[in-house]
Amino acid sequence: MISIKNLVKYFGETKAVGNISVDIPEGQILGLLGPNGAGKTTTLRMLTGYIKPSSGSIVVNGIDASQNFIEIKRHIGYLPESSPIYTDMLVYDYLKFIADIREINSSKQMNRLQELADLCGIRSVMHKPVSTLSKGFKQRVGLALALMDDPSILVLDEPTSGLDPNQIAEIRTIIKEIGQKKTILFSTHILSEAEATCDRVLIMNKGKLVADGTAEILKGDKSDSNITRITLELTNPDSIKKVFEKSRIITGIEISEKNNLTNIVLTTAEDSRVEIYKLIKKEDWLLLEMAQEKKSLEHIFKELTKDE
Amino acid sequence: MSVNKTFIIFKRESRAFFSSPIAYIVITLFLVLTGWFFFSTFFLSGRADLRDFFNLLPMVFSFIIPALTMRLFSEEYRSGSFEIAATLPVSLPDIIAGKFLATLFFTLIMLLPTMLYPVFISVLGDLEPGPVIGGYLGTILLASAFSSIGILASSLTKNQIVAFILSAAGCFFLTIISSILVFIPAFLSPLFQYTGVVFHFNNIAKGIIDSRDLIYFISVTLIGLYSTYIVVRERS
Repeated sequence: MISIKNLVKYFGETKAVGNISVDIPEGQILGLLGPNGAGKTTTLRMLTGYIKPSSGSIVVNGIDASQNFIEIKRHIGYLPESSPIYTDMLVYDYLKFIADIREINSSKQMNRLQELADLCGIRSVMHKPVSTLSKGFKQRVGLALALMDDPSILVLDEPTSGLDPNQIAEIRTIIKEIGQKKTILFSTHILSEAEATCDRVLIMNKGKLVADGTAEILKGDKSDSNITRITLELTNPDSIKKVFEKSRIITGIEISEKNNLTNIVLTTAEDSRVEIYKLIKKEDWLLLEMAQEKKSLEHIFKELTKDE
Repeated sequence: MSVNKTFIIFKRESRAFFSSPIAYIVITLFLVLTGWFFFSTFFLSGRADLRDFFNLLPMVFSFIIPALTMRLFSEEYRSGSFEIAATLPVSLPDIIAGKFLATLFFTLIMLLPTMLYPVFISVLGDLEPGPVIGGYLGTILLASAFSSIGILASSLTKNQIVAFILSAAGCFFLTIISSILVFIPAFLSPLFQYTGVVFHFNNIAKGIIDSRDLIYFISVTLIGLYSTYIVVRERS
């Protein structure tokens, strides 16, 4: 359980994070979205105790951060952006160092390292120096060290940035697997990722929280228009315009031609696929495709974070 | 602070020292430099003691110790690994103490071969043990004072070269200050003499262990380490 109240962070004169309040219940997978420079990393760094907030409070599992941060750090596993682990150590030595710092009983250490090696798939690199690892493996070692103490809260800053699609899928599987038992907070700018893995999505822009909810709710909230895409066999655009402009339900129309096909994008106030089909049938045009465009998180993201 | 965690950090930092080639270059450089300067005049002086060897150390350490410490914080800031260290359940004083002790340990290892010098010299003549023991004690104190200055410089910047220059300048200043007393108004000269390391180091290296000299070195060390603590704390 994490409770953040009125969190503010200034860097000199610049306000990086302005007045964020969030409650995160146990067991939630929460995605933090936002464009670059929105304050995602700063927020996560404050939560993990790397930087101190200018004002506001953080309470984790009932412990106030301003009172006892060392105690909070015991509950949090953190993987900073691009996994900056010591490059001059062997993976095994590094994990053992973290296990020592996290005060894992030395009789249990071996077992724990084995478990993590399997979970994160790093068994094959255990005796390689960190500096020789590929980005994907580095990320997994970082994940293993964040998981070392079996923390109840896991904070991951852009865990999949810079990875190839296979590695992204693997990291995502690991997150989902762990997420069944833990609170996970991760930042990303890949929207499909947030949509696929998160119970809840927070969108930040310019240091402020601009949206909060499940991906579905966010999508529902913002859909004030419907878009239908139609493909016809090549038809005279003027006649198409005439027909659709007569109809009152259609508020916007865009026509383009490509490869002997006519593509039309219609904007309507609500779902009007039936009416559109009837119009086409009446004109006896040859309909090849018709699809309703789903409002994606991407649209919402763009709407919320565009510059005013 | 916890002794246990300081020790874990100490172990990691020591390992980092010995796994980098810089360490061996520094050790070689130190032994060749001091060995050459000491023994090139040793037989001319005709004295069976280590005074000339110890006299070299404040100047040599002014450059050797900053080379060891420059990496300690700067490198971690640059690579970002400090973000992981700082978010582990370990307190800042533990991290600083661990890094400091690792530097001191490395210096001891570096000095180890020079402990053969008194063995050789005692064969040649009558070597008094007092100044030798005092000299080594003074050397350790000197190393700890310079290490803490070096760590402070390293905590100030991401750039290792800047850290090196800052700490070398600091250590060098404390070393030469007693040699430039002629430029300083007479009434201030005792103060300046007292500020420099050479005055205190020479006292201990004579075999006279005075609490004032011990307090000087211990205070410089603690001020350096405490300032590091404040610098790193305020960075967040």
